[in-house]
Amino acid sequence: MRFSGLRVLKEGLTGNKGWQPHWRDPEPKPAYDMVIIGGGGHGLATAYYLAREHGLTNVAVLEKGYLGGGNVGRNTTIVRGNYFLPGNSEFYSHSLKLWEGLEQELNYNVMHSQRGLINLFHSDGQRDAFARRGNAMINQGDDAELLDRDGVRAFLPYLDFDNARFPVYGGLYHPRGGTARHDAVAWGYARGADARGVDLIQNCEVTGIDIDGGRVTGVQTSRGAIGAKKVGVVVAGRSSQVAAMAGLRLPIESHILQAFVTEGLKPCIDHVVSFGMGHFYISQSDKGGLVFGGDLDFHASYAQRGNMPMMEHVMEAGMTLMPMIGKARVLRSWGGIMDMTPDGSPVIDRAPVEGLYLNCGWCYGGFKAVPGSGHCFAHLMATDRPHEAAARFRLDRFRTGHGLMDEEGTGSQHNLH
Amino acid sequence: MRITCPICGARDRREFYYQGAAVALDRPLPEAGAQAWDDYLHNRDNPAGPTRELWQHEAGCGAWLVVARDTATHEMLGAELAMTAREGA
Amino acid sequence: MRLSRGGLIDRDRTLRFSFDGRGYEGFAGDTLASALLANGVRLMGRSFKYHRPRGVMTAGSEEPNALVTAGTGGRQEPNLRATMLELHEGVAARSQNAWPSLDWDALALNDLFAPFFGAGFYYKTFMWPRGFWEKVYEPLIRRAAGLGALSGAHDAVIYEKAHAHCDLLVIGAGPAGLMAARDAARAGADVIVADEDSVPGGRLNAETEAVAGKPGHVWAREMAAELAAMDNVRLMTRTTVTGAYDQGSYGALERLPADVAARPGAPRECFWRIVARRTVLAAGALERPVAFAGNDRPGIMMAGAVRAYVNRWAVAPGRCVVVFGNNDGAHRTASDLLAAGVHVAALIDSRADARCDLDVPFHPGARVCGSRGRKALEAVEVAFASGRRDKIQADCLAVSGGWNPTVHLACHMGRRPEWDDGIAAFVPRAGMVPGMWTAGACAGAMSTHDCFRSGAEAARGALDDLGLKAPAAPAPPRAEEAPYRIAPLWQVPGKGRAWLDFLNDVTVKDVALAARENFRSVEHMKRYTTQGMAPDQGKNSNVNALAVLADATGRTIAETGTTTFRPPYVPVPIAAMGAGAQGQGFAPRRLTTSHTASQAMGAPMIEAGLWFRPSFFPRAGESHWRQSCDREVAHVRQAVGVTDVSTLGKIDIQGADAGRFLDFVYTNTFSTLKAGRVRYGLMLREDGHVMDDGTTARLGADHYVMTTTTAAAGQVMRHLEFVHQCLCPGWDLSMISVTEQWAQFAVAGPKSRALLDTVLDAPIDGDAWPFMACGPVRVGGVDARLFRISFSGEHAYELAVPVRYGESLFGQLVARAEDMGGGAYGMEALNVLRLEKGLLTHAELHGRTTAFDLGLERMLSPKKDCIGKAAAARPGLTDPARERLVGLKPVGAIKQLTAGAHLFDEADAATRENARGYVTSAAFSPTLGHAIALGFLSHGPERHGDMVRMVDHLRGIETLCEVTPPTFFDPDGGRARD
Repeated sequence: MRFSGLRVLKEGLTGNKGWQPHWRDPEPKPAYDMVIIGGGGHGLATAYYLAREHGLTNVAVLEKGYLGGGNVGRNTTIVRGNYFLPGNSEFYSHSLKLWEGLEQELNYNVMHSQRGLINLFHSDGQRDAFARRGNAMINQGDDAELLDRDGVRAFLPYLDFDNARFPVYGGLYHPRGGTARHDAVAWGYARGADARGVDLIQNCEVTGIDIDGGRVTGVQTSRGAIGAKKVGVVVAGRSSQVAAMAGLRLPIESHILQAFVTEGLKPCIDHVVSFGMGHFYISQSDKGGLVFGGDLDFHASYAQRGNMPMMEHVMEAGMTLMPMIGKARVLRSWGGIMDMTPDGSPVIDRAPVEGLYLNCGWCYGGFKAVPGSGHCFAHLMATDRPHEAAARFRLDRFRTGHGLMDEEGTGSQHNLH
Repeated sequence: MRITCPICGARDRREFYYQGAAVALDRPLPEAGAQAWDDYLHNRDNPAGPTRELWQHEAGCGAWLVVARDTATHEMLGAELAMTAREGA
Repeated sequence: MRLSRGGLIDRDRTLRFSFDGRGYEGFAGDTLASALLANGVRLMGRSFKYHRPRGVMTAGSEEPNALVTAGTGGRQEPNLRATMLELHEGVAARSQNAWPSLDWDALALNDLFAPFFGAGFYYKTFMWPRGFWEKVYEPLIRRAAGLGALSGAHDAVIYEKAHAHCDLLVIGAGPAGLMAARDAARAGADVIVADEDSVPGGRLNAETEAVAGKPGHVWAREMAAELAAMDNVRLMTRTTVTGAYDQGSYGALERLPADVAARPGAPRECFWRIVARRTVLAAGALERPVAFAGNDRPGIMMAGAVRAYVNRWAVAPGRCVVVFGNNDGAHRTASDLLAAGVHVAALIDSRADARCDLDVPFHPGARVCGSRGRKALEAVEVAFASGRRDKIQADCLAVSGGWNPTVHLACHMGRRPEWDDGIAAFVPRAGMVPGMWTAGACAGAMSTHDCFRSGAEAARGALDDLGLKAPAAPAPPRAEEAPYRIAPLWQVPGKGRAWLDFLNDVTVKDVALAARENFRSVEHMKRYTTQGMAPDQGKNSNVNALAVLADATGRTIAETGTTTFRPPYVPVPIAAMGAGAQGQGFAPRRLTTSHTASQAMGAPMIEAGLWFRPSFFPRAGESHWRQSCDREVAHVRQAVGVTDVSTLGKIDIQGADAGRFLDFVYTNTFSTLKAGRVRYGLMLREDGHVMDDGTTARLGADHYVMTTTTAAAGQVMRHLEFVHQCLCPGWDLSMISVTEQWAQFAVAGPKSRALLDTVLDAPIDGDAWPFMACGPVRVGGVDARLFRISFSGEHAYELAVPVRYGESLFGQLVARAEDMGGGAYGMEALNVLRLEKGLLTHAELHGRTTAFDLGLERMLSPKKDCIGKAAAARPGLTDPARERLVGLKPVGAIKQLTAGAHLFDEADAATRENARGYVTSAAFSPTLGHAIALGFLSHGPERHGDMVRMVDHLRGIETLCEVTPPTFFDPDGGRARD
């Protein structure tokens, strides 16, 4: 069924009785050409592009819970392409281009809104670092502008320009940065993959990976054994556990990132604003809630919930930067499990087991990466060659030291990225 | 979250600095080879359950601690001074 | 209407207030909601999507409909629950989400288009034409969405944060909480009792039942007074516990009474961090509605809320009330209304076998199936047991679909409650939050008697755990112990929209549609329909919606499961959790001893981490910072300059193994350094990249003082402690940060020695103080330390005195420097001086560079191991193609260099693929008369003399540069040594 305004009108006039399931609930087949472990944003996008770009539809996505139940439904919805190191630069640029037009591609309104992202800086040194970043973005063919203090004031008049602890020197403006409706991205890819024949199998937990003679032959699941010629592991938040089923130990430590939303408010924040000194970023959803977040809780965790010190720190950062949000009430907080790598950048690579592919380590860059990650991972699984936009996301870069992508410059301590 | 420092007693999490897995105590020999160093610096068991990790009571006595903790529940299973602890001991 | 008697209000204190500009009167003890009802105001808000007229539905913080705005400017507060707003003199509340007025709301038009606005409709449309989403649809949607508004002004209200510790935290001061608190307090435990309401007692304040032979609210008041009088009890009213966190940590929001908050300097709210060894959750239960067509009209209220308005506030929510329920609470409601003299038009009990002993028209087995009225209820439609349908005139409908235990806090750690068929509700399991007991209605105890009993039991359990002996507590007082009889009723089938989530306008049809579209998981249903995502977070609707979903998908409610309960329990202002940070409070301000003097000299003070340092020292006639900077550079190069370097980290390291330790943490060797000498050191992270650099002085055989950069001081201290305690714990070594103990000043320039001779007690003996010497000196009789080191390339010293002498010494040094043709210099000049010399800061040591990149690979001693050595040998870290440190000077027509620009080969386009490097630091060198820069360039050291193109897209600067060695001035270093 094709979605459109006309269809909404027609259904509305006929009692909304004609709407169909957005995806089927098929029983798993005994075997597939490819099995994707993980029905989150990245896994669903991978399945979609396998079908769409490579014509591979004898594919199953195995999800232990419900589709889109991981970090794709638990983030601050920011979409941007403002990285500066080779590897990240071309990948996030590629991903951002896929975002542009995703509604038409999927026939699903994911509400991608390029409302502009402003990264604030608070010293001459930070300005120079952001200038390097902005110039790298333009080298890549993306957009960036350096704003001075007055330039920031014109966009964000509500910041505290008079008495903030860290005065605003200016900002790096990324007009194509913005937000999207996170759940809809997962659902849109799911619907698109399902329509092309991919089996999306929920409540199906993978309990083992079958390897015979160094080659993957399938997976064991809570719903029985499923054979597969190729298996893709796309389970950010559980990467270490699933990789361990294949005897692998990954360069990943799992950490909690909290996020917050306030009660609905009339429009007051038009852009995405990022405050580096306080590690605070905020936007306002179309529903009116202020959606914001901060840094990791800093201790390893799978609990999907945060603790008070970081929560308070995030609120404090908001109050020093933009004290007009003081009366906005925090309605809900949540925590996602971040696959933190030693350089803060992800892995899209073949595993050292034939037929096994890894897509992990998204740290907190995962949401905006969904289209690019699915696209590049599908390319790798289908062709056994890395997509040029993700060729540097190699698993062995830590061992060799070649091509590290440490945007924060904090080194091989997982939680500092 | 609260951690019981063997020197200072139970203190709020905000007094502590977290570093990572207690594997950091077992520094390889310089000539141990690329794989040993890769495992030391980068690769982690990263269990969803009990684990041993290194924290410093940075805003307290300054002691580095080996903290046993459950990453799934945040339950604290014990803490000892890193100076007298050894990985796996 | 106000009843002529009764209620817990103070009729002697009349309060004036306004709503939407109209003046009203209420009494002390009223909430805004009760006062508006007393004045006959029933329309209090508009719903989120369809802008349906709405009236107050509850009497607590879960209120979904009566949301208002109060205050203006920096005191404007949107989305206040009228049910929680305690009336005080002069309250001016306004309705929200309605234009032009609450009565005539233009967007009520949406309601007519409801068939097109069903669950998730927006995912299916607004996609054509492509550009219209951002340009047309989304702006319209954003404008229509949202509830109340922020004013846009900086917050102008004081908030506070506080810590508290206790043996036992009792959450809720209803019958169960009071009983638990009483028994724990009598056993000697330190107890905190927190209750959301302005008065303790919970439901006892809303009911007519007796406790121990007296009115329940009197018993509660007396018990609260007894507790408040005990030294080991802190009774906190108006305090909502908002979240349960690990190891007994809880967040709580305290609202101060309006008269207290109005005092100068007093906060409006306080966010508490409570650490409790044990907890009793006695948070009560919330009544749930029944979904029937048109169940959202103003005048349709929860039965328990109707009793609260009648009994506590002496307000009749209607003149002619119909009561509808599936449990005995409906009968109690009718009884209370009758007792208050309110006409009860009908009692409708969905249970066919129910009996009634009240003198009201009673309809067992009947259901309300519709409502009539425009902006308020006028009649209800009833489907009788016989199958007959009829209308009953009524201006108020009291509904009870049963009670949901308030299990939220018990679920904050991720565990799920379990379904109890007996009371048709979710109840907590044991041990969901370590150290927490549940008691009273939130644990499924539905009579006051059972609440008392379970409160006492919970206290006993907690006391056992705490190792305290429970006293032989008197038995709980006599109280109502009627059994709770309920027959589940979630929805009344029929035409028309039946609301589940009132605020977000989610109806039974929406949930059914979601199920049909295969959003069958409870999380999918929630996210697709927005059910439970409104400000009440589903407190009034989630369980009903689960039941509807369960029905639509052929599962039981237990199989369907719940969504996740997340903090905060009630919405908390950002200003409360972020209290103290507004303005300067966000981070500490670290000030040097020269701060005041520098400011007095007109120096702009700029942030350096948490420190403040002078940017430059303007003099008369200088109108641009460059003039000051150039002059200060010239002072240092030609005469003498003084600058405060106290912000650099200083770590005192002592012990027999101190030298060995430094050999391990630095790439180069310090154990061979002679006492009285200083050496430059390079420190790596274990991953082989540079962490920091600095000088370390050997003051004695077993005594060193390390300096770190300002930025990395904390990180280096932590790192050293890690290396010592974790990697070489047996070594004889101790260290401490002495950054705050010493004020240290650089005195730099050809006349520096002459200047120091005027302040030191004994002049400098040139032979004893060669370059890189250090040792004790005396200044005005004070023991000081002198280091002959240079960050400017000039003959220079750093003089350190105990911090209490810093201000005085700075004044003297600057005065004498000025006498000698020099003066103070700031960060700008300091940066130019170091750039001219090719010395490094964190612009270059940005965490991704190696010793190899910096041209310092020879500092990696081959004779020993050190932190980072093995990882630095990885092939990727020694690749000659890496970007490595170079100097740059402009040679084209454009003479400007900018940090952050990228480098390209002369003929290449400025694209990522062609990028060869980047500029880290740039400045105009007054000494050399042209711009200079440091940067990193692929194969850098092999390219000295080559031309490269510098492109700064952002600033529109492009220039041709010559690649040079990084040291521009005095490359041999003779000026510093001589």
